[in-house]
Amino acid sequence: MKKLLAILLSALLVFSLVACNGGSGESTTAPASSGENQSSDSTGNDVVKIGVFEPQSGANGAGGKQEILGMQYANHVQPTVEIGGKTYDVKLEIVDNESSTDKAPTAAQTLVSAGVSVVLGSYGSSVAIAGSPVFKNGGIPAIGVTCTNPQVTEGNDHYFRICFLDPFQGTVLANYAFKELGAKKAYILAELGNDYDQGLANYFTKAFEKLGGSVVRGDFTKGTSDFTSYLANAKNDNCEVIFSPTSIQYAQLIVEQSTSQGTGLPLLASDTWDSNVILNAAKGTDAKIYVTTFYQEGGNKEFDEGIKKWINEDSTAKTNNGGDDTVAAVTAMGYDAYFVALEALKKAGSTAPADVLKVLPSVTFDGVSGKIEFDEVGDAKRDTAFVKNANTETGAWDFVAKQGV
Amino acid sequence: MNFAEFFQRNLPYILSGISVGGQYALIAIGYTMVYGILRLINFAHGDIFMVAGLLMVYISASLPVYVAMPIVIVATVVLGVLVERLAYKPLRSAPRMSVMISAIGVSYLIQNLALYVTGGLPQVYPKIPYISDTVKIFGAVTKRVTVITPILTIVLIIVLVLLIKYTKVGIAMRAVSKDFETSQLMGVKINKVISMTFVIGSFLAAIGSLLYFTNYTSVMPTSGAMPGLKAFVAAVFGGIGSIPGAVVGAFIIGICENIIKGLGLTTFSDAFTFALLIVILCVKPTGIFGEKNIDKV
Repeated sequence: MKKLLAILLSALLVFSLVACNGGSGESTTAPASSGENQSSDSTGNDVVKIGVFEPQSGANGAGGKQEILGMQYANHVQPTVEIGGKTYDVKLEIVDNESSTDKAPTAAQTLVSAGVSVVLGSYGSSVAIAGSPVFKNGGIPAIGVTCTNPQVTEGNDHYFRICFLDPFQGTVLANYAFKELGAKKAYILAELGNDYDQGLANYFTKAFEKLGGSVVRGDFTKGTSDFTSYLANAKNDNCEVIFSPTSIQYAQLIVEQSTSQGTGLPLLASDTWDSNVILNAAKGTDAKIYVTTFYQEGGNKEFDEGIKKWINEDSTAKTNNGGDDTVAAVTAMGYDAYFVALEALKKAGSTAPADVLKVLPSVTFDGVSGKIEFDEVGDAKRDTAFVKNANTETGAWDFVAKQGV
Repeated sequence: MNFAEFFQRNLPYILSGISVGGQYALIAIGYTMVYGILRLINFAHGDIFMVAGLLMVYISASLPVYVAMPIVIVATVVLGVLVERLAYKPLRSAPRMSVMISAIGVSYLIQNLALYVTGGLPQVYPKIPYISDTVKIFGAVTKRVTVITPILTIVLIIVLVLLIKYTKVGIAMRAVSKDFETSQLMGVKINKVISMTFVIGSFLAAIGSLLYFTNYTSVMPTSGAMPGLKAFVAAVFGGIGSIPGAVVGAFIIGICENIIKGLGLTTFSDAFTFALLIVILCVKPTGIFGEKNIDKV
């Protein structure tokens, strides 16, 4: 009797799993006949699929979701594309790489199997690097949206990107810390084993030391939540600025603990910190936070107004944006990336990934974040970054400067 | 450098060490009591601690913080007892290893359910008035919770020790931990005693989570893993099964970790904790306050 019950229970569990899988599978994959490059949907148009390779959970989940929002909005604005004289419906094929380098190849494989023409993403350079070989083997071109580590495109003919790079960003930040904030000694907080954090920390160190400053390194392990001792170290070593190119998960904790411990040191960070999570943590405190980023709200009025309206009308979009309608830079970048992909498809005149790959180096596009064109490595030619400061009273970003090297 | 300056410089590390130690202690008691009675390492304990944090985030969104706190504590206790009833009780006569594996299963189940509910995003813990305020202690600025934690921990532990020593259920607990079968024969209601153990363990974990997340205000599905593991090390270090042992072990680990970070060896602080576990298992497997193994013939 007991045995029978156990078998029945297990069977029930297995069936419920199958049922769940079927349900969620339908919401992410395109019209029933996946596996082909083109298929028809209800409007009668053929469908072209653009893969979205982004984290929606884990340390970078919040950022990834905001980047996807930009693409979804772009898809809402421009749902069709003319390829070789025929109108296609654009379908976003979204997968979650879970911010994890172990899960990234599987997620990438899902996109390859779904038959996408081009891939956008990922937020977080390390997952982009992990997923890259899968796209290469599948012959699918990928466009990095906000992954700033040089290794993403280096030696990869199939990987492009539309944002600036870490050597550039690290130098800009070092210049800003030394010249504008007047700091001679910096404390660097970076996660061990994270390509993004460590890369930026190294470029910052190089540039900062070249200017005549000195740095103290404070590396922390994955999952750290107690930063009090690190902050005490920064203070005891007489550092004048804390540079923390970390993911948002840690950023919120660092801001919180820095203010409650009263370090009074300015926090300097990279594009990951450009998020309303930081604004909410800083609001009502005396935190001084400076970040470099790709886009400043107000840069393109039409885009700002349009996306705000769209976010406010869609409750899921609002939740994914962190509960308000602040336009994150990564959202603007996601929006631009989508249009770069459409340009490439138009130019290729075909939905075959190989054709898209062939024309991508020559694609140019005037996006909301500026003009986008690729150099010989596949990186966007960009020479300015926006520096923003968190306003602790209004809870918004204040534009500080447009900074070059 | 004179003493005053030295003191000023190192006070933040010691304060944060004592505070973290207190939080580890509250979690470690859950491990050690369950082990003492069931000879089971309850791997899901760290996750119950995490769920208490998440519950606080969600409940305080619609209710005032002071109302939410007791609800969170009660809900955590219910969850702890429920886990015991559903995942451990049916395996009471099974080999000990099966129960342990069941515990690991529960741990991952809770973590993944939390991942589903939160969507994998870190949740910001609400500010609890008074204990979230910043205070100044001998020139070091910190949150009031840092000071309250060790005091509250010690008070709770004294109450717990008295409870175990003098109440009927405490006597029953000690009897069960000495000899499971015999105490059953003597008329001790074993299921009641075990439930009580989980009630106390979960209650302390809920208090620990209130204190811990007030200090480190972000809750993730994996937030319970590290504190849970370290509390477990503390329990083993102090001698698993012994309550004062767990507390002493937790404070030692909390303080040492922060001193190591203060020395600038930030990368090695976790390595130290786990190296300590290996050393103590090699040198004195029963821990500093552990019971001696007497072979019954």
